[in-house]
Amino acid sequence: MADQDLLETDQPLLVANSLSKSYGRIGACRDVSFSLYPGEVLAIVGESGSGKSTLLQMLSGQLAASGGQVSYRMRDGVTRDLAALGEAERRLLYRTDWGFVHQDPAQGLRMAVSAGANVGERLMAVGWNHYGQIRESASDWLTRVEIDVARIDDAPRTYSGGMRQRLQIARNLVTGPRLVFMDEPTGGLDVSVQARLLDLLRNLVAELHLAVVIVTHDLAVARLLSHRVMVMKGGRVIETGLTDQVLDDPREPYTQLLVSSILPP
Amino acid sequence: MTAMIDVTDASKTFTMHLQGGIELPVVRGVTFRVEPGECVVLSGPSGAGKSSILKMIFGNYRCDSGRIGIRHRGEVIDLATAEPRQVLNVRRATIGYVSQFLRAVPRVATIDVVAEPLIAGGMTRADAQARAGELLHRLNIPERLWQLPPATFSGGEQQRVNIARGFISDLPILLLDEPTASLDAANRAVVVELVAEKKRQGVAMVAIVHDDEIRHLIADRIVDVTSFAAAA
Repeated sequence: MADQDLLETDQPLLVANSLSKSYGRIGACRDVSFSLYPGEVLAIVGESGSGKSTLLQMLSGQLAASGGQVSYRMRDGVTRDLAALGEAERRLLYRTDWGFVHQDPAQGLRMAVSAGANVGERLMAVGWNHYGQIRESASDWLTRVEIDVARIDDAPRTYSGGMRQRLQIARNLVTGPRLVFMDEPTGGLDVSVQARLLDLLRNLVAELHLAVVIVTHDLAVARLLSHRVMVMKGGRVIETGLTDQVLDDPREPYTQLLVSSILPP
Repeated sequence: MTAMIDVTDASKTFTMHLQGGIELPVVRGVTFRVEPGECVVLSGPSGAGKSSILKMIFGNYRCDSGRIGIRHRGEVIDLATAEPRQVLNVRRATIGYVSQFLRAVPRVATIDVVAEPLIAGGMTRADAQARAGELLHRLNIPERLWQLPPATFSGGEQQRVNIARGFISDLPILLLDEPTASLDAANRAVVVELVAEKKRQGVAMVAIVHDDEIRHLIADRIVDVTSFAAAA
């Protein structure tokens, strides 16, 4: 398929170079470097306080780094240092080429406006102005995330947790982003709802050839969705590699502990 | 080189940090080659490291030293040192792995579980499903089960779904970990046939088979893993 060759020849999409963040004397994140390629799913795993969320925030430009840099290859093919982007450029990136799926859908959605408007809003932000087309695109996306189109005019506060999360995903994907950040996207959901969401995410990511950086403490999520894993502890990346390699043949004591703590299926 | 797989002096030791750092040597000095159209069977008692060697060739276990040369799209890639992206590319285009157990995503219909590697390879869903159907048919999975997820199937049925999924792609290397373990005689015969077909297509295979009869039927060469025993 096309993506094989892309994976082999493409330039990285996102590059982190010696990223660090410290709060006074506390190093929340130390010297993290990696490259992410188009279509590649990278899971950042580790327990609370390991620095994984701090890293995600720096990668997605929400938190200024104390050291190091993040660069991103824009749609025009030019790789830019994120810190050097103007506010307007950064906002455009957020609205078009990037998505961010929060653990709590209420953070990523507007809870009081209709589902259709939640999805349509991203399109309007990039210049769509034909109501019929926006509504059609919104219905199409609701269907793709398995939400009954009859619910398009209802506000997400009337939705269940699983539906809200799927709506948040639709809202993010409607502009055809190349990179999506996800922060514990299945975190607050029931197990059965989680399985359905994971299955949906897995298919969408493959179909749309999305690059994803996903933060999770759940190794099963990492196994199902990601190609590569970075294990964090105390602000550092202690082990990294192909997901099945790291999970089936963990080398570091902490990774072995994480893997051995999974209950057998 | 003409070999599809060229393993040279590969070794593997597990360090169990949670058990006080005990070192478990698995294999060392693993050296053998597999040519196109050849099926090499690894032999040796349980625990000798056969599955570990298969996993090293697939890039699932990391090697401590040595080389796992794989011919991938005309070039030789050393999987022992390859970047994760390269390993994934090798798995997409070159090496297939049929494990003992089916690891399927819940909710996905059997026919799609089997067809998935072809769809991922760019084939249309309809064509991929048609080929999946043919294989399932040959492996005696009745058509009424094709639309169901395999999670509720019997062990033998799941293994046959797994075999269908593993054999459906046209990859030049196949690794088989006990492909006939829980099959009846009729289905074992189908697997022997499938292996013979792959050989005629020039596929290089490495297999672990405990059943002597099957081993005689599929093996072109036997590599005795006990000679790689790492016990110090």
